[in-house]
Amino acid sequence: MAGKIKAISNPRLSLNVLSDEDVQRIHTATLDIIETVGVRFPSEKALDIWETNGATVDRQTMVVKAPGRLIEDALKKAPPAYTLAARDPARDLPLDGKHVFLGTDGCGVEVIDPFTGERHRSSKQDAADCARVADALDEIGFWWAMISAQDCPPESRSLHELEAAWLNTTKHLQTESIVNDREMRAAVEMAAIIAGGRDMLRKRPVLSIMQCTACPLGHDGGSIEAGLVAAEVGLPVGYMTMTSCASTAPATMAGNLVVGNAEVISALVLMQLAHPGAPVYYAAAQTVMDLRTGGYTGGGPEDYLFGAASNVLADFYNVPLSMGAFATGAKEPDWQAAVDNSFSSFMASLTGSDMLLGCGLLHGSRILSYEMMVMDCEIYSIVRKMMDGIVVNDDTLALDAIRAVGPGGNFLAQKHTKQHMRQLWQPRLIDRRPYEVWEQKRDGARDWAREKAQDILKNHQPDPLDPKLAAELARIIADVERNA
Amino acid sequence: MSEELFNAMRQSIIDGEAEEAEALAHQALEQGLDPLEAINQGYVAGVNYVGAQFGCGEMFLPDLVLAGEAMKAAVLVLEPEMQRRGTERQMLGKVVLGTVKGDIHEIGKTLVATMLSASGFEVHDLGVDVPVAKFAEKAREVNADIVGVSALLTTTMVGQKDVIEALADMGLRPNVKVMVGGAPVTRSWAEEIGAEGYSEDAIGAVAEAKRLMGV
Repeated sequence: MAGKIKAISNPRLSLNVLSDEDVQRIHTATLDIIETVGVRFPSEKALDIWETNGATVDRQTMVVKAPGRLIEDALKKAPPAYTLAARDPARDLPLDGKHVFLGTDGCGVEVIDPFTGERHRSSKQDAADCARVADALDEIGFWWAMISAQDCPPESRSLHELEAAWLNTTKHLQTESIVNDREMRAAVEMAAIIAGGRDMLRKRPVLSIMQCTACPLGHDGGSIEAGLVAAEVGLPVGYMTMTSCASTAPATMAGNLVVGNAEVISALVLMQLAHPGAPVYYAAAQTVMDLRTGGYTGGGPEDYLFGAASNVLADFYNVPLSMGAFATGAKEPDWQAAVDNSFSSFMASLTGSDMLLGCGLLHGSRILSYEMMVMDCEIYSIVRKMMDGIVVNDDTLALDAIRAVGPGGNFLAQKHTKQHMRQLWQPRLIDRRPYEVWEQKRDGARDWAREKAQDILKNHQPDPLDPKLAAELARIIADVERNA
Repeated sequence: MSEELFNAMRQSIIDGEAEEAEALAHQALEQGLDPLEAINQGYVAGVNYVGAQFGCGEMFLPDLVLAGEAMKAAVLVLEPEMQRRGTERQMLGKVVLGTVKGDIHEIGKTLVATMLSASGFEVHDLGVDVPVAKFAEKAREVNADIVGVSALLTTTMVGQKDVIEALADMGLRPNVKVMVGGAPVTRSWAEEIGAEGYSEDAIGAVAEAKRLMGV
């Protein structure tokens, strides 16, 4: 069970996006690329680990070529299931293949103020605010570092983001903005304070780590070393590929999957070689280059298909997946945003992606919109209802009720109706009012979403963090800043 | 005779066939054609066509990049002969660019470099993870008109400001204009740090560079 979080649980729908043979071919092609072309790991530490384990390492180019067996054997050491812990244990997230959890998007650089509608550069206060809103929305399972605390020094910025979030939500935190060894050590220290010590942290990882790959076929040295620090203490670590058709990957979708797969699994293998059994996860947000601007598209049919295909690959390697869904390229919470975020979240859910990222940002993960955040939760609630599928049994076939009503008549007054009507999905933002009622104010989803966000920001008080622990977090950050 | 060759040169750019463009350049030299004429009447005509087709949505970014690569291959063959004759291409300006220190993200910066080069700028691409001082040193060395600084991370964005300060310290400002770009970079950030140019994509970057050069 997923406690107080509104998870997608035991989904009944599924989708056949890649056949077993397709997956096998992608896997074989990936091993071929890793063995003959290689993946770049610009970190001496990483290269040492690869070399010790029998891979061919070129110290000049920092490219690692590893035989297929090494890759396959190491991946087998990764645990297939584990739990992401939360400050409040009732909000823990079991990554067991039976749940899909919604997380926020990241890492934005601007925020649309929900009261004035003005756009401003993101700050630590925004990190605190969006964590508080995430805390209040039951659909949201975990907080991904949503925006960058740009008023904090670069060397400790990610730590300030974590501090702001831990002070404002009891949900699990996942960070994607810690890209060096030193800052990661401090983040681990902070997580240990929240969990109640290093041993407890291993049992209850209240923080998980996301790192990005450097497409095509490369990694960032700092991200790799930061990941190794986290894996050592048992914090779940994932590597996300954002391969883009026609720019950082082949124009063909299968070719894109191969390049991204090589990046992700090579990083997961490195974690297993260094720390066998460390919890790791697959992460992806593959896309297509916009053929006119060269930019990130943040939506489109290829993205939706990638969203479904990635969990098939993650399942093949028997590790959880964190999938970039939502994350529309739309500038406003509009028709485009709804199309993107509905299809992407539904497709990724259909194959059982464990974590869905992307709630709340616009313009390709750049701009935080509280309206979008609330509307994304509504989209997710629709997907969640669909994933329950259609239950067929004696009770749901409702033969007694049908007999009682017979031809004509209606089911309004049936006990069976009263018993089951609350299982029907209820909208909070979808407008089903009569036309004339709408016409009086001509209001709708965006207005109601904004009001909801305003209400949360004005009134929601998250369970406070023990002031002693809060002081410890502040001390760790101060230490990092003193020694910078 | 040369008209036919010019047409083939134009077509090689449109098709994005670097090897073909290169072979035609050799052919032009063998025939004793003026290399500058070959560029202007042959290859540049192709670049202009591709640019126009792109503008109306008939061709895409990869077409532009391939055309740029083909153009580069042809110019490389013709350059020694141009030098021997004492002629040179009229360039729109000199640009030094790179991705700032601590950041290894390449694609956006490389696209901008390719587009600028294809549009007639002399481009010096310093690559990725470029130390702040290197931008300024290179700008002085080649007498740059524009320095372009790319950053993809919110934490490396601050390096763009450092590059502007380094240029000022070396007394190169305001003669050297600065353009910034990268996913987290916004116009307000560009204005705050005093960068004269900002664009969200490579095509816009070319327009900005032209604006800064007054062309």
